[in-house]
Amino acid sequence: MRVEVFVTPKRGVLDPQGRAVEHSLLSLGFKQARNVRVGKYILLEVDAGSAAEARRIVQHMCERLLANTVIEDYRLEVEGE
Amino acid sequence: MKWGVVTFPGSLDDRDVVWALADVMGQNVVSLWHKDERLHGAECVILPGGFSYGDYLRCGALARFSPIMNSVARLAEDGGIVVGICNGFQVLCEARLLPGALTRNRSLSFICDQVTLRVENPSTRFTCLMNRGDLLRLPIKHGEGLYVAPEDELPQLEERGQVLLRYVSSAGEATEEANPNGSLNAIAAVANETFNVFGLMPHPEHAVEAGLGGTDGLRLFNSLLRGV
Amino acid sequence: MAERALRLAGEPEVTPALAQEHGLTVDEYAMIEHWLGRAPTFTELGVFSVMWSEHCSYKSSRRYLKLLPSRGAGVATASGENAGAVAIGDGYLAVFKIESHNHPSYVEPYQGAATGVGGIIRDVLAMGARPVASLNSLRFGTLDYPRMTYLVHGVVGGIGGYGNCVGVPTVGGEVGFHPAYNKNILVNAFCLGLAREGELASAAAWVVGAPVIYVGSATGRDGIHGASLLASAEFDAGSESKRPTVQVGDPFAEKLLIEASLEALKTGAVAALQDMGAAGLTSSSSEMAGRSGLGVELDLDRVPLREPGLSPYEILLSESQERMLFVAYPGRENELLTVFEKWDVNACIVGRITNEARWRARWAGKLVADIPIRALTIDAPSYDRPAKSPVPKCAAEGQWCEGGAARARSANDERQSSARSEAPPLAAEPCDCAPSLGQEARLTGAPSQRRPSPAEALRALLDSPNVGSKRWVYRQYDHLVQSNTVMGPGGDAAVLRIKGLKRGLALTVDSNPLACAADPYIGAVSTVCEAARNIACVGARPLGISDCLNYGNPERPEIMWQFVCGVEGIRDAALALGIPVVSGNVSFYNETEGQAIAPTPTIAIVGLLDDVSKRISSFFKFADDVIALVKCGTLSLAASEYELLFGREQIAGGCDKLAPIELGLQKALLEAMAQAAERGLLNSAHDVSSGGLAVALAEACFGGETLMGAEVTIRRLDGLDLERSLFAEGTSLVVLSFPSSHRIDVEGIFARRGLPFEVVGRVSAAPRLKIGTMIDEDCRALLAVYERALPGRLGENG
Repeated sequence: MRVEVFVTPKRGVLDPQGRAVEHSLLSLGFKQARNVRVGKYILLEVDAGSAAEARRIVQHMCERLLANTVIEDYRLEVEGE
Repeated sequence: MKWGVVTFPGSLDDRDVVWALADVMGQNVVSLWHKDERLHGAECVILPGGFSYGDYLRCGALARFSPIMNSVARLAEDGGIVVGICNGFQVLCEARLLPGALTRNRSLSFICDQVTLRVENPSTRFTCLMNRGDLLRLPIKHGEGLYVAPEDELPQLEERGQVLLRYVSSAGEATEEANPNGSLNAIAAVANETFNVFGLMPHPEHAVEAGLGGTDGLRLFNSLLRGV
Repeated sequence: MAERALRLAGEPEVTPALAQEHGLTVDEYAMIEHWLGRAPTFTELGVFSVMWSEHCSYKSSRRYLKLLPSRGAGVATASGENAGAVAIGDGYLAVFKIESHNHPSYVEPYQGAATGVGGIIRDVLAMGARPVASLNSLRFGTLDYPRMTYLVHGVVGGIGGYGNCVGVPTVGGEVGFHPAYNKNILVNAFCLGLAREGELASAAAWVVGAPVIYVGSATGRDGIHGASLLASAEFDAGSESKRPTVQVGDPFAEKLLIEASLEALKTGAVAALQDMGAAGLTSSSSEMAGRSGLGVELDLDRVPLREPGLSPYEILLSESQERMLFVAYPGRENELLTVFEKWDVNACIVGRITNEARWRARWAGKLVADIPIRALTIDAPSYDRPAKSPVPKCAAEGQWCEGGAARARSANDERQSSARSEAPPLAAEPCDCAPSLGQEARLTGAPSQRRPSPAEALRALLDSPNVGSKRWVYRQYDHLVQSNTVMGPGGDAAVLRIKGLKRGLALTVDSNPLACAADPYIGAVSTVCEAARNIACVGARPLGISDCLNYGNPERPEIMWQFVCGVEGIRDAALALGIPVVSGNVSFYNETEGQAIAPTPTIAIVGLLDDVSKRISSFFKFADDVIALVKCGTLSLAASEYELLFGREQIAGGCDKLAPIELGLQKALLEAMAQAAERGLLNSAHDVSSGGLAVALAEACFGGETLMGAEVTIRRLDGLDLERSLFAEGTSLVVLSFPSSHRIDVEGIFARRGLPFEVVGRVSAAPRLKIGTMIDEDCRALLAVYERALPGRLGENG
């Protein structure tokens, strides 16, 4: 089952990459850009009986490894959910 | 005291720490292999700088799960001393043996430079040969050394004296320019709540000989020796 | 009946037209048919096309490279090895090489530069040496040229990104900017390794039946026709589309490969090894077997693949990074496999060394390539390309001549002729018309501009990205790892200690495109001299040269002429200074849309300090020290940074003459500096180069932790007026400082060797630079200009 994981810096945590990208966007004339955050996108396939099970498994992966919950949030999109 | 220095795949400064401790300081040092759980009797374990497992997900995130880290965590629990330098600091934060996390430098680029550090808490085993306000010159070399901790935890870290070293100007002031990577409160080194696990971004092992970056690193290592 | 190599289903039919698409000429294709006695298979065509490419075969340069003096005291390697090795005493060897990665870095700067660093590290590793330091020479276009700041960020990021993760310190290098590189930047990477005498690894597999072991990352489609073809043709508008062929580096894999390979070598079970660099498995296997006159048979089904479905053609031509090919002594392969397993490095047996002198590959049970190995190696085509000066009117004056230059003067005649008797005669006839070395430099001023005041000129030079501080660059490189760097980037040369020994090594890399554009012969001579002086200025004696020869399209006679002049210049300088050329690399086709780069021979030199504690830094240390100048040549503003800033552009070629270079004086300087250093007489020494004397004095004031000042008075030099004497260049001056009590001793050392020596002033604690009545500047202000030159133009804070 395909699961997409979006890892982003927690709100309030300094995000130098996001800040740099925002700065560049503004200097390119995209004055509309605000609150840019740069994160990670992880795509994986999981052996699971149901979407709910897949979500549970990947959630566990995120807590253990894929995200550092001290500074990062994550969000999942599970195929078939 | 017996020292252990861990080699993860991708550790780079492991040999330099061994050199500093064994060859320069004449200490009893054992090299520890990441796949091995045994500490071979080491009472103080050092996690060196480098790019463990390529640091491909997050710095230190993968090293945390190697077999040796189980023993390192147990040592810390039992009151043994654990020091993480640079990548080792990142590993200890990932392993939650130290508070906070390290993320990309404000400049987004790798920085290799000499910095000045101010001793903030001299009453720990890692800093006991120094006085509050003493200045150290040590090199840094990292791309992800910006120290962050959750906003509600930061004041407590400061209050409890867990902040050991801060980046300052050569005059000892914590200025914006003196903070090389944008760390919160210019934090360069922290301890855990029980003051037996330490993490720092600067490299004391690269400051143990007069001809190679000075000897301020020795003050930290010697503190560990005396504190035991 | 012998088995025959087969065409595979789905493979295109091989025709002369297809061969041409592979970069092979009609004649070359006919030679292939002659070697095989039949038409090649598609796989074989691919193999020939990479092995006969300029990059792998050196077909335009081979005959000239033989002219370089490769032997000398302590040289432990013959040519043809992965890198050169020179004995440094106490049972150690310095192993080093420089190599270009220009084309890949222009197409994809981060990965191009990163894989350049990775490749040269593996070349040194393949000698059985632990890589201990890297340098690099970078030549960019002007920073206001489109895409250039992107290229700078990418290349610097790539060098750091790879070098910092692999645990080899980047201890120095050079960075320059000139419009001649707007469309073709240069990235030359150098690596130094240390090996024990008697433990050098071989690149020649002498043992019949020995298993061939593939080690490292799996093979993917990246880099097929990468380095070999990219570096063997000119750039054009289509080069962008070649981006997918650029390899991607994985420094983590390389770090494991280094540790695992060094441990594997300790077993004594390794018969030979080589990096899988350009042309990957093909070139490494054919060269290892070819060097020993044996053959090899590969089983391509066993090669670890990153993705399924690679054809034999793709497997053989892949330039995937972080791979090495080992040959084990028969029966001892398991000792090696165990080590690789410990380090989690892929390793498997993919073939055997045979006694048939043929290069064979099998795939899916079929023979897909069967080639006489000589055809791929020693008998690959070699060309004697026409070489001709582009400036006939000068030729009429006796200044330039067809083919070789041969313009070294009498003091070296004897040594040269003995060298010539060893070397085959030049194809391009050397000419004795020759007087360039004796000519006065022709000064070209700045007719269109107001002449700047000395203070203005000094500030403008310090603000030039060529002269200004390169701290923004080297601050991104780890120069400390391995704990050997006693002098890092920013000085004349880097210095490493060797743990457990009193000795130390000095290393530097230099190029001088302004001088080489003005005169490719003298420019090459001066580059060698400058690199040697940089070594001397830290107190070391030069041990060996590695050269990286960057030129345009060798099929154009004027480019070939530049190249021949360059080789002759290096030869003459190396012979005169007594420094062997132990390794190197040629990079041709550095041109875009018919516009070639300035001829750029890059010279790396490694030197030895018998006592590393006697090293000398480039900056002033103590107030009241005496400042003196040593002169070892003639000053000139031709091809100087001053002229580049204020005069007309020199790089267009032509016959603007540089000052003569007195090779005897250069040699004397090297000896005098080493002696002064060994006796501990000097507190600083700094070579006068880009920007001239005023810049050198300023740099000496602000190179250390504490800012110093200087008060000096100079006289007119070499017929230049006083102001211009401050900014003239040429391989001519060294700035020294020492305690006044050493004055007589220091002067004696230089005067005894006929080197003009003059005390010109004193170091001051107050940070002001005062030169006569011409300059009186606050060093803090000058330093601010110097430090901002690069980050200011790159839009960085510094």
